[in-house]
Amino acid sequence: MRYARAAIFLPLIALIVVLLGYGVAHQHGSRTLDRALAEGRRPAAPAFRLPRLGAQGVARAADWRGRVVLVNFWASWCTPCRDESPLLERWQKRLSGEGATVVGVDTEDVASDALGFAHRMKLTYPLLRDRDGEAAREFGVTGYPETIVLDRRGRVAAVKRGPVDDAFMIEQVAPLLGEAT
Amino acid sequence: MTRVLALALAVLLLGAPGAAAAACPRTSVADLEDEVMCPVCGESLAVARESPLAARERALIQRLVRRCETKQQVKDELVAQFGPSVLALPPRRGFAASAYLVPLLGGIAAIAATALLLRRWRRRPAPAVPRAATAAERRRLEAELDRLR
Repeated sequence: MRYARAAIFLPLIALIVVLLGYGVAHQHGSRTLDRALAEGRRPAAPAFRLPRLGAQGVARAADWRGRVVLVNFWASWCTPCRDESPLLERWQKRLSGEGATVVGVDTEDVASDALGFAHRMKLTYPLLRDRDGEAAREFGVTGYPETIVLDRRGRVAAVKRGPVDDAFMIEQVAPLLGEAT
Repeated sequence: MTRVLALALAVLLLGAPGAAAAACPRTSVADLEDEVMCPVCGESLAVARESPLAARERALIQRLVRRCETKQQVKDELVAQFGPSVLALPPRRGFAASAYLVPLLGGIAAIAATALLLRRWRRRPAPAVPRAATAAERRRLEAELDRLR
């Protein structure tokens, strides 16, 4: 009788433990990057692989290795993203000549709305699409816009939770341009 | 004969858009919004009222409904736009199938546990029924009571 009960309950308990473990292991949105930066470290950036917005093919983080990359998570329905994009476009014009680029990642958005946004805002930097926000979660993004700055070695050098401004670009991004690969 | 054929053709041509219109729309925003999620809100589209993304999602569904797409076609398009997590009900395959399996296994385990407990309860020996006192015992009881009075 005791063994019969154990035969029923033990697999059930094991299943619950496995499910809980899976849930905990797949929790994202942590601020691991922020903590590392606060400790003066530059952690390796998550290796994303995303389709291009409005174009064929996929892009990988490694495609821009050797450049300073501003990974900007945005969405067309996000008002602060609309306010921020002219500044990013202005900086892109300057950065592109200095071995750096902005990479816009449209997240949790309707693709046609995102393309309309990019067209209206005359965005010229590369645009990728993170349809379900998986890449955003890998970077610990919890709102839009957020920008993760990668140095020439693909490490996270700075994070901006919220819209970037000129002060951030001058203080956090510009110094990285002079660093060696 | 030619006139009859021409008339039949005209009726068919005139009737076709009417028949198509009768079959369209095949679904509605109201019919779909409790079956899909607002991705950034973490709640169903039926509940998400404030979010700007929910408004965009509803507009997309409305466009697809106007295009005469079926409920499944609209859902497929939403999955293409936002990924499978946009569906309020998880898919019945892969790890997500555990959402259906776990309650089923839990139910089976509960039934099995109840059956085991019932069997144990029924096997317990019945409590002894007190026998009636004999005449001698009754006489002795009366005598004892008289002594105490």
